Amino acid sequence: MPDSTYLDATELVLNMGPQHPSTHGVLRVILKLDGEKVLGTECVIGYLHRGVEKIGENRTYAQFAPYVDRMDYVASVSNGLGYCLAVEKLLGVEVPPRAQAVRVILTELNRIASHLIWLGTHALDVGAITPLFYTMREREEILKIYEKYCGARLTTHAFRIGGLQYELYEGFEQEVRAFCEMFLPKVDEYEELLTGNRIWIARLKNVGVLTAEDCKAYGVTGPMLRASGVEWDLRKAQPYSGYEQYDFKIPTGVNGDSYDRYLVRMEEMRQSVRIIRQALDGLPGGAILGKVPKVIKPPVGEVYVSIEAPKGELGYYLVSDGSTQPYRVRVRPPSFVNLQALDKMCRGALVADVVVIIGTIDIVLGEVDR
Amino acid sequence: MAEQKPEGKPQPAPKAPAAMAAVAWEDDLTRALGEEFGDRIREFASYLGQKFLVARPEAVVPILEYLKLEADFDYLVDLTAVDYPGRPERFELIYIVYSFARNERIRIKTRIGEGARPASAVAVHPTANWLEREVFDMFGIPFEGHPDLRRILLPEDWTGHPLRKDSSILAADQRWIKEHLGLEAET
Repeated sequence: MPDSTYLDATELVLNMGPQHPSTHGVLRVILKLDGEKVLGTECVIGYLHRGVEKIGENRTYAQFAPYVDRMDYVASVSNGLGYCLAVEKLLGVEVPPRAQAVRVILTELNRIASHLIWLGTHALDVGAITPLFYTMREREEILKIYEKYCGARLTTHAFRIGGLQYELYEGFEQEVRAFCEMFLPKVDEYEELLTGNRIWIARLKNVGVLTAEDCKAYGVTGPMLRASGVEWDLRKAQPYSGYEQYDFKIPTGVNGDSYDRYLVRMEEMRQSVRIIRQALDGLPGGAILGKVPKVIKPPVGEVYVSIEAPKGELGYYLVSDGSTQPYRVRVRPPSFVNLQALDKMCRGALVADVVVIIGTIDIVLGEVDR
Repeated sequence: MAEQKPEGKPQPAPKAPAAMAAVAWEDDLTRALGEEFGDRIREFASYLGQKFLVARPEAVVPILEYLKLEADFDYLVDLTAVDYPGRPERFELIYIVYSFARNERIRIKTRIGEGARPASAVAVHPTANWLEREVFDMFGIPFEGHPDLRRILLPEDWTGHPLRKDSSILAADQRWIKEHLGLEAET
């Protein structure tokens, strides 16, 4: 008999991912365990690193626009909006009101699509299979609208620097209105399945708690920050693209746990529908592209522009040296920064909770790794 | 692709920052900071309505701490760097901080030379941990006092720091082709 066996071990190091169904892509988490209890975690990332920032320095401003869609690929429209706003700020270009309203409609549809992916996969991780089919069904309607509008479903490149390339297609308004009409009862349906479900509550309540102070210390933004009780949304705090005209609420939570994050995201989808309807009601006519020079050559300078992406604050820091290519493109990705709080949330939790906590952060590895 | 920058050699130094049409920034906050840090802050300015200050490298972490404790700038939004190989101090470090109470965002910039070891901001803002690791990974700037300074996005055995201006995409491709296929790439 050996003096000590594996059974004597009090601490165990367990490798989770990068090929693991509930790591939502190629995330690798090294867990240090004491039995079922997590003592600490370490994330290993970069499997999907494509050097987006370096590519940006080697392309013109317009050429780089499609690349940003490939970061958070389930919310490509938001990525594109943030980039366009940053270049427009450098150039001093005014975006016509019609283009702004269409941008808001498409971005809010994208927020719903992104939250639907999150809801379906998160519920699947926890063991509820049905919501995934429902959310994919509704998301499909949004993707069909994108496909009709710009020809692409996922990496849309829907916007251009200065406004839009395409005018809305015939029947766009009716289709979006029909979607809104159809979608609100569906949210109630998801809630009926999950909100009062005993298993759902047992798995999510008091799991992955972050206080408002933790969130600020770790730079956590988006629905996670709001679930911790901070009423902060860039669409309200520093409005862009005419968000100040729309009437909507910022849902917040109290406990900062996974369950509150779930409730916040559900309510955000309803609020997005409200914004879309208002934007459709007041859709202005006129031009869809501002006065953008043929060759985009911003003056020497630097700007930081950020938007409220579905996952949090998505920022672009652009440095121009006066040439046709950006001197430096820095992307401030919400997923990357939010993921850093994983260790804080996992300490003291059980192994099964790690799966819930990864799901509740709502990461997209394309954006974490860039 | 026609407008590819010349590859393989360092980019010419841009005319910045003299050409950036920044205007002076002055308010209660700049007066308080000026009193506290004196000539360790070289410049208060704003460009397109976005405020920034340029400080000496050793003053950056004290400024972050002061802003956090005295002025509610409690959220470090981003930390990044820019490489200007033509300058005597080639790197510019940029810290973006935001205050929820004031709904205001400012940038703190500093310039450091090759081989300098700027102090880590992790003790003030825990979120700086991964952000500093990324800057280390991409630019090779080591942060003094960082608890765990390793590469974060690139593999551990990677050589070089890709976001430096003298590291070119094309050269890396050509090296790979030569090493793995034994071919001389067309230039």
